[in-house]
Amino acid sequence: MEQQTEQLIFDFYTEKPHIVRNAHEEIKLELGKFAGPLDLLLYLIKQEQANIFDIPIARITDEYLKYIRLMKSLDISVAGDFLVMAATLIEVKSRMLLPRESLAEIDEEFEDPRRELVDRLLEYEKFKNAAQMLYERSTVEQAVFMRGEIESDENNLEVSTTVFDLLGVFQKILARHKEEIQLEIEREEMSLAEMLKTLKKRLFSAKELNVLKFFQEMNSRRELVLAFIAVLEIVRTESVKLLQEEIFGDIILRKQ
Amino acid sequence: MNQETEKQPRSISELIAIIEALIFVADEPLTEKILADVLEEDKETIQIAVEELINEYKQREGGLQIREIAGGWQISTRTEFHEDIRKFLRTRPSAKLSIAALETLAVIAYKQPVTVPEILEIRGVQSASAIKTLLDKRLIVARGRKEAVGRPMQYGTSKDFLIQFGLKDLSELPNVEDFEDLTVGI
Repeated sequence: MEQQTEQLIFDFYTEKPHIVRNAHEEIKLELGKFAGPLDLLLYLIKQEQANIFDIPIARITDEYLKYIRLMKSLDISVAGDFLVMAATLIEVKSRMLLPRESLAEIDEEFEDPRRELVDRLLEYEKFKNAAQMLYERSTVEQAVFMRGEIESDENNLEVSTTVFDLLGVFQKILARHKEEIQLEIEREEMSLAEMLKTLKKRLFSAKELNVLKFFQEMNSRRELVLAFIAVLEIVRTESVKLLQEEIFGDIILRKQ
Repeated sequence: MNQETEKQPRSISELIAIIEALIFVADEPLTEKILADVLEEDKETIQIAVEELINEYKQREGGLQIREIAGGWQISTRTEFHEDIRKFLRTRPSAKLSIAALETLAVIAYKQPVTVPEILEIRGVQSASAIKTLLDKRLIVARGRKEAVGRPMQYGTSKDFLIQFGLKDLSELPNVEDFEDLTVGI
């Protein structure tokens, strides 16, 4: 209940609008505390100390409209829902003004135009009080503390593991590296030794080899370099000669 | 399995001690069912042991309490010591919900499953931002669509709601009809 009395600090029957404006920010907060048009209406009824089952609708409607005007004058955007309620109040007020039939008929058929509004107010008030109860409960709960978080695999970023897990992972990584190396060997195509072997085979079976043609058989820059080195190598180590029989002619590798 | 059957039955005091340890380590309120499953005891035995444990806590008048929250049991500090605890933890109470959010939460708690138009009907004001806040804070959850025009989404309260508001279950909420404040009139 303390919360509610807090809300009643601003009494706009005694406060003049210009005073209100002086304390602009503060009052704005107070006005903003109404959770909706029903909240405002309940406040006005309590303010008037009126019986909710017999709302002085004309007076309450006037106060309600005054309040909305005040909100507008303070540049508070008035939510559409507040205006809907204003329209409802005016409608109920006008229906109250309609002449009633004789009292005898009132008992049976006449329904008080305020009836629906009262039902809504009573229904709303239950939940307003329930909200108050929830507020109190949450305040109590905030005074209760659970234990701090316990370290678990989920909330611990460090790896919880044994030496054997580490070994397993290490071996996997090694295996992956092996695969990569194998791939590289495939790309390497040929070694110098292999190139030398090929060259020797060709030369020893044919006794003679056109170097230019041999070079042209090569598929890559690397093979070409290997072929060149192989030729130099074979000249150095074997009894073969490089011959050029005419100027600018092809160079021939010949076994002696 | 043979070892299990040959195992000496636990004494009640041993059982109470184990339950205390389990409630302590659990992140969420520990239910009777989980305790029964883990400890391979029937629910009645668990119930008796927990009640005894709660009594022990009460008699000891220590800094901790065991409470029934969200259908399970939970160890927490006693409310009396919150000021010193806050001083130590250097925390302030977390931000409170706005009046609009609390009202919306109250409507959802009592009327669930409930749609946005139904909340509007009771509160007389749009509640979209309040609903978003409550969803963000995981106090409410979507409960499927209502078979009505426009198939509006229905909302209900979550387990977190029970935990944050210290409720055993929804039936522990006071009867909403008791909130009728008749002091307004007469």
